[in-house]
Amino acid sequence: MKLTREDVLKLARLSRLHLTDDEVAMYQNDISAIIDYITQLDGVDVSGLTPTYQVTGLTSQDKNATRNDEILPQVSQEELLKNVPKTEGGQIKVKRMIG
Amino acid sequence: MAKKWAPILELAEDVRSGKVSALEQVKKSLRLIDEHSEFNAVISKIEKRAIERAKEVDAKIQEGADPGRLAGVPFIAKDNFLVFGAETTAASNILKGFDAPYQSTAIEKLESEGAICVAKANLDAFAHGASTENSDFFTTKNPHDNTRVAGGSSGGSAAAVALSLAPFALGTDTGGSIRQPASFCGAVGLKPTYGLVSRSGVVAMASSTDVVGPITNSVDDAALVLDVIAGQDPLDGTTIPRQESYLTPNSTFNLQNTKIGIIKEYFGDGLDPDVRNKIELAIEDLKKAGADVVEVSLPSLALALAVYYIVCPAEVSSNLARYDGQRFGYSFKDSKNLDESYEVSREQGFGNEAKRRIMIGTYVLSSGYYDAYYKKAQTVRTKLTNEFNEIFTKVDFLIGPTAPTTAFKIGENTQDPLAMYLGDIMTVGASMVGVPAISIPCGDVSGLPVGLQIIAPQKQDRELLEIAKWCEEANR
Repeated sequence: MKLTREDVLKLARLSRLHLTDDEVAMYQNDISAIIDYITQLDGVDVSGLTPTYQVTGLTSQDKNATRNDEILPQVSQEELLKNVPKTEGGQIKVKRMIG
Repeated sequence: MAKKWAPILELAEDVRSGKVSALEQVKKSLRLIDEHSEFNAVISKIEKRAIERAKEVDAKIQEGADPGRLAGVPFIAKDNFLVFGAETTAASNILKGFDAPYQSTAIEKLESEGAICVAKANLDAFAHGASTENSDFFTTKNPHDNTRVAGGSSGGSAAAVALSLAPFALGTDTGGSIRQPASFCGAVGLKPTYGLVSRSGVVAMASSTDVVGPITNSVDDAALVLDVIAGQDPLDGTTIPRQESYLTPNSTFNLQNTKIGIIKEYFGDGLDPDVRNKIELAIEDLKKAGADVVEVSLPSLALALAVYYIVCPAEVSSNLARYDGQRFGYSFKDSKNLDESYEVSREQGFGNEAKRRIMIGTYVLSSGYYDAYYKKAQTVRTKLTNEFNEIFTKVDFLIGPTAPTTAFKIGENTQDPLAMYLGDIMTVGASMVGVPAISIPCGDVSGLPVGLQIIAPQKQDRELLEIAKWCEEANR
């Protein structure tokens, strides 16, 4: 199966990635080949089996790893904000979202 | 290549006894990094902080205090570990300049025993790859042949150990990223049981298989590093209880009562005949020493790679969503609105492989395809796990090659992403089911190292290290 140009653009849009025309053509080929490869799972019989989401048995309620909801002295707000591209008054500043 | 470092225990003992200072060890490592820079093993050095920490260790010794089991031992961390004193880039442009506000738990644990991080090693950007050719900065060269890859994604870490830039390095393994480069570079690479080592402070790739582990000169060194970094961490809810000790005893491992399974599926057409020959010689040694060696079959292993290349990109697409140009990392300055800021920051900040995996992940998780790909893959994963569990009721360990070939040429697979993915075929099985696996040197073919892979049941990392040590000694 070969992905169309529109398929790739839709994936890019869902992934919040802008792509150049050359990139679209490249990914059309690459991703199609990879999807063909993974499609081999189609015919595998998995009747009676449930999916695995965690491999060491930590999924059931009683084994969930929780810790107390306590405020611990870890990383300061100042430290956490030092890598933010744009801040104002101790907050992260982003472009206008509406309108 | 520089002269090999002494065993880690010995190095630490020399520092503790005052035979050599921590500062001398750190300076030696920093000098060796400079002298071998043409191999591109290292992205950045941690000079100032490493020297300060070495002086602290030396001061402690002067005062008669205990600096820890790894006193003054320099090490190199893959550049996806958050470490103070250098940028953490994950070899990606989008994280260039990132100054970690806290350190990963593994680094904290090593530091608390007196070890000193001196540099950050190269990798495929975000650990996506098997050769470091996907690094956004440069490709690491194989220490045994500089026209060949060091493997990946922890290629910088493996090359650094093989070049003796430091006594050990940390790597991460999601589908083979510690074992395969260790195999290509002739080092020991340990992927512990999933959850045994905290991932807090490690740049996430595929969270259901990501593990942290050591790359070292010997099985003893790997055991010592694991003994320091293993254990539950409140900052990583997936961590599991550890075994009491991972230190491998000096007494010889008793093979008489050991049953070893040879994985039939690993000895098919894709296996290089010279590599096969080396692995078969190692198996002969085990037989001669009295181990009960049987051929076993894991029919779903042939599907493990397809499962991996659904589950991994799905988790990658989710984990890389945080790189949005707003909270940290590269941000496109001239965008008109928020959407454009996301899309162009990600376009310019991510390399081709990250984009490829994000889009494949988005595809397999999208409405209408989720059941056919993602859910199906996770169910085949159960089938594979059941087969491993069944086999491990019959044998104690599984054995086979780590990779189908020795190190390939730089550029050989870069035009064909699928061919590159096939290089993981022998390592992804253990990753998908969360069992521990180790690659140890097993001779060479035309000067290029071969790796022997040993796989154990979950939470039997200590037993794995014991048999690995036996094999290591037999190979010598």
